[in-house]
Amino acid sequence: MHDEPYASAFAIKTNLEAGYTYTDGTFDLAFTLAPRSVAAATSSSNSVETAVRACQSMNPPPPESLDECGEARPWPGSTLTGGRGFGAAVAGLTAVPGACMAETLDAPLNYFLHSYGPAARPTMYLGWVLVGVCAAVCFIIAVLLIMAVRRKRPAADPRAIGREGEGLEWLYIGTGISTLVLIGLVVYSLMVLNAVAKPPEAPTVTLTVTGYDWWWKVEYEHSDPAQRFITANEVHIPVGQPVLIKLKSADVIHAFWVPTLAGKTQMIPGLMNQKWIQADAPGTYTGQCAQYCGAGHAHMGFEVIAEDIQEFEKWRDTQRRPASLLPSVSNEDPGYKLFMDRCAGCHAIRGTKARGTHGPDLTHLKSRRRLAAGLLTNTPDHLMDWIIHAQQFKPGSRMPSISLSEAESSALATFLSKLD
Amino acid sequence: MASADITERPIDDHLARVPEIGCAPPGSDIEVQLARTWESEPGWRGWLSTVDHKAIGLRYIVTAFIFLIIGGLEALLIRIQLARPDQTLLTPEQYNQLFTMHGVTMIFLYALPILSGFSNYLWPLLLGSRDMAFPRLNAFSYWIFLFAGIFMYVSFPLGQAPNGGWFNYVPFSGPTFNTGPNIDVFALGMVLLGISTSVGSANFVVTLFRMRAPGMTINRVPILVWGTLTASVANLLVIPSVSLAFFLLWLDRQMGTHFFDVANGGKPLLWQHLFWIFGHPWVYAIVLPAMGIVSDALPTFCRRPLVGYTAMALATMAVMLIGFEVWIHHMFATGLPTVALSIFGAASMVISVPSSIAVFAWIATIWLGRPVFKTPFLFFAGFVMLFVIGGLSGVMTAAVPLDWQLNETYFIVAHLHYVLLGINVFPVVGGIYYWFPKFTGRMMDETLGKLSFWVMFIGFNVGFFPMHWAGLLGMPRRVYTYSSRMGWDGVNMITSIGSFVFAIGVLIFLVNVVVSLKRGALAGPNPWDAATLEWATSSPPPAYNFAVIPTVASRHPLWEDRLDEGRGRSNFKEGLLLAEGREAISTSPIDAKPLAILKMPDDTSTPFFLGLFISLLFVGLLLHWWLFTAATAIAGSLALIVWLWPRKALAQRAMPQGDNNG
Repeated sequence: MHDEPYASAFAIKTNLEAGYTYTDGTFDLAFTLAPRSVAAATSSSNSVETAVRACQSMNPPPPESLDECGEARPWPGSTLTGGRGFGAAVAGLTAVPGACMAETLDAPLNYFLHSYGPAARPTMYLGWVLVGVCAAVCFIIAVLLIMAVRRKRPAADPRAIGREGEGLEWLYIGTGISTLVLIGLVVYSLMVLNAVAKPPEAPTVTLTVTGYDWWWKVEYEHSDPAQRFITANEVHIPVGQPVLIKLKSADVIHAFWVPTLAGKTQMIPGLMNQKWIQADAPGTYTGQCAQYCGAGHAHMGFEVIAEDIQEFEKWRDTQRRPASLLPSVSNEDPGYKLFMDRCAGCHAIRGTKARGTHGPDLTHLKSRRRLAAGLLTNTPDHLMDWIIHAQQFKPGSRMPSISLSEAESSALATFLSKLD
Repeated sequence: MASADITERPIDDHLARVPEIGCAPPGSDIEVQLARTWESEPGWRGWLSTVDHKAIGLRYIVTAFIFLIIGGLEALLIRIQLARPDQTLLTPEQYNQLFTMHGVTMIFLYALPILSGFSNYLWPLLLGSRDMAFPRLNAFSYWIFLFAGIFMYVSFPLGQAPNGGWFNYVPFSGPTFNTGPNIDVFALGMVLLGISTSVGSANFVVTLFRMRAPGMTINRVPILVWGTLTASVANLLVIPSVSLAFFLLWLDRQMGTHFFDVANGGKPLLWQHLFWIFGHPWVYAIVLPAMGIVSDALPTFCRRPLVGYTAMALATMAVMLIGFEVWIHHMFATGLPTVALSIFGAASMVISVPSSIAVFAWIATIWLGRPVFKTPFLFFAGFVMLFVIGGLSGVMTAAVPLDWQLNETYFIVAHLHYVLLGINVFPVVGGIYYWFPKFTGRMMDETLGKLSFWVMFIGFNVGFFPMHWAGLLGMPRRVYTYSSRMGWDGVNMITSIGSFVFAIGVLIFLVNVVVSLKRGALAGPNPWDAATLEWATSSPPPAYNFAVIPTVASRHPLWEDRLDEGRGRSNFKEGLLLAEGREAISTSPIDAKPLAILKMPDDTSTPFFLGLFISLLFVGLLLHWWLFTAATAIAGSLALIVWLWPRKALAQRAMPQGDNNG
C-alpha cells in the first residue's frame, strides 16, 4: 500500500480553514495571530457551518473558552473572540516575533504552558523547574566560558607551557555541585512520576482507543453489551473525573497523545497499554498521533471533548442509539443505495445493513467536529471534498478517492447529512 | 604492575632477534630503505592495495564527509518542505524516505566513520607506531563501509529508499506494511555495515594494547585514544544486537519467520529492545572520540596540558558503562512498568555526572591557559557550549514523566542535533582545521576559517535552538507537513532559515579545504607547537611514520623541555631500528615494554576483493539471486584463504628480555 504512486497534483485546497477565514476580510490580520479563535468567530458568521452545527448548543464550548476557566493568558491579544477583533488587529501590527509568540502561546498542543488535568499538571511544573535549572546552568557555564576565554592574563613568554596538575578544584567543585543538583532532580522527577502514573481515584469511565492507519476507533465500555458503542476520532469525557483509556493498535505502532491532559503512550499491536486522563475544565483538547506510522502520520489527529456530566451522559445516550434514518430515508433512496454499494464494506451505520469495520463508524457522523482524523472541519462541503479526494488529502490512506457524478454526489451528501 | 603484563613464553631461536639501536636521519641509507619498503606502489594498483593507515584514514574522512553533504542536502529539502505550513513540495512518501535516509546517512554513514577516519589516521602516529595492528583488516573495514554506504543508497534513485526511520520500528517495517525493497535494502545494508564496524573496532582495541611505542604507558595515551577505545569496546558488545535485529527482520520479510510478526506470536517490543540496546551506546560511540579530539587539541591552543587527564579518561569510560544502562529511555512511552522506568530514568540523569567532569575540565583548561585564537580553538570553545546545551536537554528528557511529553516531539530533534552536530560535527571540523597541516602539509586559511566558524555557529543555533520551542509547542517528529492552526509556523520558518545559514557555513569550510589544498602556506612538522607524537614527524608523515621507533617518557613528549617534569626525555632521533621489511614493535599492554618485533603485511588487494565479494553476496541476497550468492560466497572464501595463507615471513620475532631498556 505504501508504494502506490502518489498524485503529484496534491496541490489541492490544503488549508480549507484558511479559505473560510478569508471570507471575512476583517479577520485577515487576526488570522495570523490567533487562528483558532478566528475560525470559531468565523463559524458563527458562516451560515453553512452554523447549520451543520445545529447541535452546537449542546456541544461543549470550543477550546478558547478555556480562558474563562481561570487559565491566565500571558498575551492579551490571543484571547480574541468574535467581539474583540480590534485588540487582535492592533496586536497583529506588532513585530513579527510578537505575533509569532502569540501564535505559539496559543498552540493547541502547547503542554509547556497549558495543562488542564492532574495527569498533566505536575509534569508541566516539572518542565518549568527543569527549564529553569537548565537555563541557569547554561547561563553559568556560558559566563564561565566567556570569562575563561576573555580574562586578562599577565604577560608571559609566548613559548611557556602551563603546568600539569593544576585546576583540579574546578572538577571537584563543578562536579560536586552538579551531582547534588542532579540528585535533587532525580528525586523530584520520580515524585512526579509517582503522582501522574496512577489516577487518584478509580476511573468512572473506561474506553478503548484503537489506532488504525490513520484514524482512531473509540469504544465505550459497559457491563451491558447493548450499552456499548463505537465512534471515531473524538473522545468525550466527563469533566473532573479520571477516565481509563485502554490503548490498542490494529496495524502498526501509534501513540495516543493529548498533551494538555497527559503524556503519550504507544499503542503496540499485540499489547494493550493503559493510560488515564482527566480534564478539570470543559473544553476541546487536541490530540495527535506521536509515533511515526507512515505516510498519514502527519494527519492523524483527534480531539478529547470534556463536558459536564449531564452533557456527557446526554452525548453518550445519543451515541448509543442506532441511526434514526427512518422514516425520512427509504431503501430506495439513491444516497442510501450508493452508500450501501460503495461505502458499507468499510463503514458501519448502526441500524442499517452497513457493518464494515475497516473504517470509522459513521452512525453519528454529523455530531463530530472534525473529519478525516482532525484534518478538516466537519462541513458538508468538506465531507464531499474528502470523499472525492481522499487520496489527495491523505495519500496512502485506505480510504480511496471515490469518483462520483454530480447527481451521485448530491444524493450521497443528502443521505450523509441525516446521520446526526 | 611492571612485569605482570609481560607475556612469558619460550623463545624460538630461529625467530629471536636483537634489534639494533641507532639513528636514521632523512636521506640516510636506512631511511631510504624504509621509504622503499613502506611506500605503496604508484598508480591504481597501489591505490587499490594500500594498507597504509594514513591513506585509509583519509579515505574514511573524505567518504564520510561526502555522506555528510548528501545527508545535509536531504535535510535542506526537508527544511524547505517544513518552512511553511501545508507545503506540497514533497509527497509524504518522499518526505519519509528523505528523513529516513537523512538519519541513516548521518548516524551510520557519517558520524562513526568520520571518527574512525580520524582514529585510523592518528592512532599509530599518536601512539608512536608504524601502522595499526591489522593493516589489511583496516583496509577491509574501509571497503565494506564504502560498499555498505553505496548499497544503502542504491534504491534511493528508484524512489524505494528506506522509509521506516533510522529506528525502523516493526511492524511498520515488517512485510505486511512495507512491501517494497526499501526495508530489505536497509536491513541487509546494516548487517553489512556491522561487519565493517566490528572489524574496525577489534583493530583499535588490539592496536592500543599491543602497538604503543616503548615507554608510552597506559596513563600517557592521549584522550582521543581513550575515547576511541571505549567506543570500540562498546561497538564490539552492541553491534551484534543490531545486526541480529536487522537479520531477524530480513528473515521475517523474506523467509517467512515470525520474530516480530504479531499475528503469529512475534513481539514488536523485541525490536525496540534490540535496537536501543545498540542504539544508545552507539550515541556515546559517536561522541566520545569527538570529545577526545577536543581534549587533545584544545590544550594546544591553551598552551597548557589538559586539566584532569586521569579524571577525563575515567569519565570517558564511566559514560560508556552507564551508557549501557539507559536504553529504555528511548522507550519510556511503551507502557513498561514505572519501577523499571524509574531506574533507567535515574541512570540517564546520572550519566551527566561524568559529562560534567569533562565540561569543567575543558573550561578549567581554557581558564588556566593562555588561549590562542586560531580557528580550531573557536570550534572547540563553541563545542563546549553546544555540549552543555545538548547535555542539559538530555537531562530534561531523562525525567520520565516529562519525557512522556517531550518524546517524539521536536524537542528531541533539537536535543539530538545539539548532541550530534554540537558534539560530533563541531569537533570534527575543528579537528580537520587542526590536523589539516598534518594530513596535507599545508595550513588552512585563517580568515575563511574564522568566517566558517561564525556562520556555522550562528546558523546552527538559529536553526536548532527554536526546535526546542517547537517541541514544547507539541510539534511531533516525522510529520511531512502541519496545519497553520497548530501554531508552529513562525518557529519552523526560523529553523529553516538557520539551517540554510548553517549550510553556507559548511560550504565556506569546504571552499577553504579546496583553496588550502592548492595554496595553503606550507606547514612544518609542528605548526601549532603541539605536544603529542604525531607532530614529531614531518607533515605529511612519511609512509613509515617514524624512522626510528620513538621512546616516550611523558604524556607531552614535545613539551617536555618546557614542562620540566624531570622524568627523563622522550627520544625520536635514536631508537630501535626496524628495517628488515615492514616491521613494527609490539609492547606490553600496560607498561609498554618492548616484547616482540612484528612483521607487518605488505600491500595487497585481497581486502578489496574480499570486501567486494561480501558486498555482492548481500546484493545477491537482496535480489534473491541464489546462484550468484553462492558464487560470491565461494569467491569470498577463496579470497579469505589467500588472505590467511600462513607465511613464515610474517611470524613475529621475539626479543630476548633485558636487551632493551625501552
